Amino acid sequence: MEIADALEVLFLRNYNTRLVVSCTMLLGCACGLMGGFLLLRKRSLMGDTLSHATLPGVCIAFMVGVMLGGQGKSLPMLMFGATGTGVLGCATVLFIRNRSRIKDDAAMGIVLSVFFGAGVALLTMATKMPAGAAAGLESFIYGKTASMVLSDFWLLTTVTVCVLVLSLLLFKEFRLLCFDESYAASQGWPVKRLDVLLLGLVTAVTVAGLQSVGLILIIAFLITPAAAARFWTDRLDQMLFLSALIGGVSGWLGASVSALIPNMPAGALIVLVAASGFLFSMLFGVERGVCVRAYRQWNLKRSVGRQHLLRALYEILEADDVSEDQIRIRSVPFRQVRGRRTWTDAQLRRYLASSYAEGLIEQVGKEDVIVLTEVGLEAAAKVTRNHRLWEMYLIEYADVATSRVDRDADAVEHVLGEDMVTLLESKLQSTRPVGASAVPVSPHPIHPGD
Amino acid sequence: MMTAETQLQDLKQLPLVVRDLTVAYHRKPVVWDIDLSIPEGKLVSIVGPNGAGKSTLLKACLDLIPRSSGEVLIYGEPYTKARKRVGYVPQRESVDWDFPVSALDVVAMGTYGKLGWFRRVDKRSKALAMQALDRVGLADYAHRQISQLSGGQQQRTFLARALVQDADIYFMDEPFAAVDAATERAIVELLKELQSRGKTCFVVHHDLATVPQYFDWTILLNMRVVANGPTSEVFTQGNLRKTYGGKLSLFTEAAEKIAKAR
Repeated sequence: MEIADALEVLFLRNYNTRLVVSCTMLLGCACGLMGGFLLLRKRSLMGDTLSHATLPGVCIAFMVGVMLGGQGKSLPMLMFGATGTGVLGCATVLFIRNRSRIKDDAAMGIVLSVFFGAGVALLTMATKMPAGAAAGLESFIYGKTASMVLSDFWLLTTVTVCVLVLSLLLFKEFRLLCFDESYAASQGWPVKRLDVLLLGLVTAVTVAGLQSVGLILIIAFLITPAAAARFWTDRLDQMLFLSALIGGVSGWLGASVSALIPNMPAGALIVLVAASGFLFSMLFGVERGVCVRAYRQWNLKRSVGRQHLLRALYEILEADDVSEDQIRIRSVPFRQVRGRRTWTDAQLRRYLASSYAEGLIEQVGKEDVIVLTEVGLEAAAKVTRNHRLWEMYLIEYADVATSRVDRDADAVEHVLGEDMVTLLESKLQSTRPVGASAVPVSPHPIHPGD
Repeated sequence: MMTAETQLQDLKQLPLVVRDLTVAYHRKPVVWDIDLSIPEGKLVSIVGPNGAGKSTLLKACLDLIPRSSGEVLIYGEPYTKARKRVGYVPQRESVDWDFPVSALDVVAMGTYGKLGWFRRVDKRSKALAMQALDRVGLADYAHRQISQLSGGQQQRTFLARALVQDADIYFMDEPFAAVDAATERAIVELLKELQSRGKTCFVVHHDLATVPQYFDWTILLNMRVVANGPTSEVFTQGNLRKTYGGKLSLFTEAAEKIAKAR
């Protein structure tokens, strides 16, 4: 395979693949968009049931076509059949759910496998039919970028564009339906009909995608781009845009590569591309990606460690300097800090390094003395003050024993914001007044370490 | 003698009239034979033990669940005709707070009804939503994703969404459940303000201690209406015992028998 050939396919210069690839790309956009709603409506499994339930319809449509004397493989016919049993499958799930005590997941499991089983049986019968050329039918299971006649292209494009336009028009309505159905109903929105419409649009893209992606994998085409997009943003419009984009790119790459490699099913490739997008998003997504979260966690841990160090320093200085209103000495022997908490030397050194980087302590030649900067002392006083305010609050309002309060305060104080501190001050004003900036006396004895 | 005409006039004055309402889930009755009529401008608490059908009553009034029998009239009209005058605050747990929308987006949902089909959320709707957020003290949090709000802030977001609707009668399902003191104060202030403007609020409430303080009208409910009237009159030891006490065991048993028999 030449690189030139590959480029020709990728950039749609080759007429044979142009129709197929651009059609799959468009379909990917529609799938990504509808998948977003499907995911947020928590109906992913319903989509899976729907797609599996299309198989018997495809086979029946084929057999009817053959019996009527045709070739059997007219795409509109097959899509019509697929829609028929797909919808029937969904209706069966709803029927089982409403008329019995069987729960959703079980109902879907039953319907999905029964319809698929029936489809496989029908497929075998179809391939045994004398007149027909049923050879292409299994492509509906795994997907294949077969060459396409122009009328098929227009059919699929029309379906996809209709879905895109409708879902954008109904963006507001679908958002409300997915977020808060009962509120939507109280406002008079026809939620049942909206729900049917949403599922109908999902059906449309599913059926349109059957031939190229295949009914087993189309659910991944619907859900994966949406799930990937969620890692990048907290806004629905952005999420849906991204989801459509990821879907489109997966469709484009998957279909092109499949056209280049003989016998490589497009569905599998599309799903693999979408899955790489998902994996990448999960790791590096800026809003909820694993890395971002780990970084936030690490940052919090580091700042908590730093705050512990500052408070330990402050309390040591305070104990040495009771006579003065203001603490002037800013150096503390390392050994004394070491005994304050259960921290290892390595941990303590890390905190010291990060405090130094923040300009809170001075770098001195001697290893065994820690010297706070002016800024550092101020920060230490503030940290200690917050800690004690919180302790006092716990004793006063949460009925926590004085002896336990240190540990409980520890867990919360690091996330106290400016407004919380103000609130604490006003709360404590009546019982234990504290000045606007003074560090209150600790409500419990402080155990010197070492 | 009262003519049909004046009767209708009277009904139009009343924010809520419920007649012979029965609701059943899975053939088991949840509320039985409810008859209520509430005067305008009251802060009404609906009080009763777990499983007494408080939320069910609320949802039946809002046409959210099918009624087995009876009718509900809001200002003399069925809900479908009167819903523009109704604001609803569902239970906070009823939605997924991880949903990718901001507080402002949620509040703006209160304007969707007036916007109508296909129309985008415009500047005016957003401005209204912002005002409502400001009224519940959340203006600074407008652009936060809703999972980043505290429980109390989430509850206030829901209230703001109902405020945007500018309704005459509000139904609130446990707005005080698991909220912080600041939110509780904010909700109470809001209720008083709504009352001062002649609005009527129905609030499912679980904290008996605050009922007389917050509400001037009370419905005591345990599958049926035990008492309905001004809080000062109906919120008595005797009525509470009737609502929460074991006296109703026969009633429950009967309900279960009916469910099995069908």
